[in-house]
Amino acid sequence: MTLLNNTSTTEPAAQTPSPPPGLRVSVRKVLSTGFELSVDFALSSGINILFGPSGAGKTTLLDCIAGLSTPDSGHVSVHGQVLFDSARRIGVPVTRRNIGYVFQDLALFPHLSVESNVAYGLSALSVSERNARVDRLLEAMGIAMLRRRRPAELSGGERQRVALARALVIEPSMLLLDEPLAGLDLPVRMKIADDLRSWIQNAPIPVLYVTHSRDEVFMLGNNLLVLELGRLIVQGTPHAVLSAPRSETVAQLAGFENIFDAIVTSIHEERGTMTCRVRGWPGEKIYPDAGWRGIDLETPLIRAVQGDKLRIGISAGDILLSTAAPVGLSARNVLAGRLVSLSQRDTTIVAVVDCGVEVRAHLTLSARDSLVLSPGSAVWVIVKTHSCHLFQPGKEAK
Amino acid sequence: MDWQAFWLTIQLATVVTGILVVIGFPLAYWLAFSTWRWRFLVEAVVALPIVLPPTVLGFYLLVALGQRSPVGRWWQGLTGHPLAFTFEGLVIGSVLYSLPFAVQPLASSLSSIDRRLLDASAVLGLSKLRTFFRVLVPLSLSGLITGVSLTFAHTMGEFGVVLMVGGNIPGITRTLSIDIYDQVQDLNYSAANTTALVLVAIAFVLLSVVYSLNRRFWSLWPRT
Repeated sequence: MTLLNNTSTTEPAAQTPSPPPGLRVSVRKVLSTGFELSVDFALSSGINILFGPSGAGKTTLLDCIAGLSTPDSGHVSVHGQVLFDSARRIGVPVTRRNIGYVFQDLALFPHLSVESNVAYGLSALSVSERNARVDRLLEAMGIAMLRRRRPAELSGGERQRVALARALVIEPSMLLLDEPLAGLDLPVRMKIADDLRSWIQNAPIPVLYVTHSRDEVFMLGNNLLVLELGRLIVQGTPHAVLSAPRSETVAQLAGFENIFDAIVTSIHEERGTMTCRVRGWPGEKIYPDAGWRGIDLETPLIRAVQGDKLRIGISAGDILLSTAAPVGLSARNVLAGRLVSLSQRDTTIVAVVDCGVEVRAHLTLSARDSLVLSPGSAVWVIVKTHSCHLFQPGKEAK
Repeated sequence: MDWQAFWLTIQLATVVTGILVVIGFPLAYWLAFSTWRWRFLVEAVVALPIVLPPTVLGFYLLVALGQRSPVGRWWQGLTGHPLAFTFEGLVIGSVLYSLPFAVQPLASSLSSIDRRLLDASAVLGLSKLRTFFRVLVPLSLSGLITGVSLTFAHTMGEFGVVLMVGGNIPGITRTLSIDIYDQVQDLNYSAANTTALVLVAIAFVLLSVVYSLNRRFWSLWPRT
C-alpha cells in the first residue's frame, strides 16, 4: 500500500525513470466466498502475460481494473490517470474508464451484426468518423467480409477477432484480455496473436493478457506475471520466471514439478546417455551440507561436454516410489530418501521426498493406500532415464 | 353480439396491456437482477393473482377503492365521482389481476440474458439506461410479446374482478364475459354462444402467437 503515499518518493531508484508505467495496480478485495485478492504491480506498454490456475483470481483482478468490480481498498491508474483510489475516494465509473476488455466468453451482442458489434462503443462519434474507425478495425482484424453476419454465424476464431476489434476500436488506454484465444487451434491462435501484436506495436498501450497456454506465454509475452491464490508470486521475463520455478503454478507452466541444476560429469556416447550430478534447486545454495556431494542421475545424451551446466526437469507423474529397495528394474536412477510430506490435491497425492534434494512425486489415491506411507518413512525414488528432460539455462536443449 | 361490450373489452385490454408494459418492465428487471435476499417475497406477491379467487382480489379492491378508504376519497375529491363501478376502477383491478402474466415472461426473458453482455456494454461506455434499450429490450423481445399477448388475452376474459369492482353498467363496465353471464341468465343461449365463440377465437389466436414464439412459457419464473 506504499503506492497510496507519494509515489515518486517510494519508487525505487533502479526503476526506469520518468514516464509513469502504463498501468499501476495495488488492490485488495475479499469476495463473499472468503477468497482474498491482494496484488501490487506496475506494467508498461506492450503485452504482459497473466498466468495462474483457475480460481487464482485472474478475472476478479481484471474486473477490478475495468471497474466492473470495486476493490475494498487500493489504487488503479493508467498512464498516471487515477481510475480508483480508496484513500482519495476516487472511483471513475466503468463507463468512463475507456479500457478495452475482451471477456473469456467474448460477450458479443447476439442480436447485432459484426459491424454493429464493433461500432457499439462509438455512439458518441459522427457517422462518418464511426464508419471510418469500424472499417479500419475490420480490415486490421481480417473480418471485413463478415460485417453483415451475426455472431451465431461465425466460427470461433472469427468471433474472437470481432471481440478484439470491438475492444480496440474505442482506442482504449489499455487492454484486458481474458483468455481470448482459448479453445482455438494453434495456427489460428498464432495468426490472431500476430495481428494483435502488430496492432499493439502501432498503438502502444499496456495489455494484460490472461492465458493458460504455455505457447501463448512464449509467443506473446515480454513480461510474465504469475498469480496464485490471489497473490502475485513472481513477475519477470518468461525465461527468468521459469528458471526458478519453486511454486507449483510456475512448475505447471514449465511443465515440470521438479527442476534441478546439474553438471555433466560423464558422457557415455556408446550407450546414448550421460551422467549428471544434481546440485540442488535453481537459486538454492549449492551443497546444502558440507559433506553433501550431490546425487547422480543418468539422463539421455545431448550435445554437451563434461562440466557443462544443465537444468533437469522431471514431471512428478513420471516418478515411481518404492517402500523397499527395488531390484531387477530397467530404470537406471534409484535414489534412497525419506518421505517429507504427503498432501492431497484433488485426486492426486503429492509426495515430497528428501533424497539430498527434494523430489516431488505424484501418486494416485489407491497407490497411497497400498503403500502405507507416512512422513519419515524410508522410500526409494525411481526415475527412468528418458523421464529426465534437459534444458540449457535459458533454452530447452532437447 | 353486444358490440358496445366488445369494444369496451378491447379498450380495457389495450389500456391494461399498455400500463402493464410500462410497470412490468422495471418490475421484471428488478426481479431478474436483484440480489436482495427477500426478493422471493416480492415474487410471491406478484404471483398471488394466479392462485387467488378473483372474488378475493375484487373484494379487497372494492374496499380499497370505496368511499371509506383514503384512496377512494382522494379520487372522489379529484374527479367528483367514486372509483368503484367505473372504467378507471376496472383498469386498476385488471392491472393487478393481470400483473403476473406481464411480469413473469419478461422476468424470465431478462434473467436468461448473459450478464457479461451488460458488462460489455458498460465497458464500451454505455449507461445503464442506454444498455437497457440497446441490449435488454431487443434480447427480451420474445418475453415482451408473450407478456403482451397473455395480458391482453387474460384481461379480455376476466370475469370475477370485473363483476366485483365494476358491476354491470353498459358502456362503462359491461365487458364481454359479463355479457355472456347476462345472456345466460336471460336464457338467451344463442347470443351467449356467439359471444363465447368470439372470446375463444381471440384467446386461441393470442395463445398461438405465444406458443409459436416460446414453447415453455409456463415454466416462467427466473432461476427456478
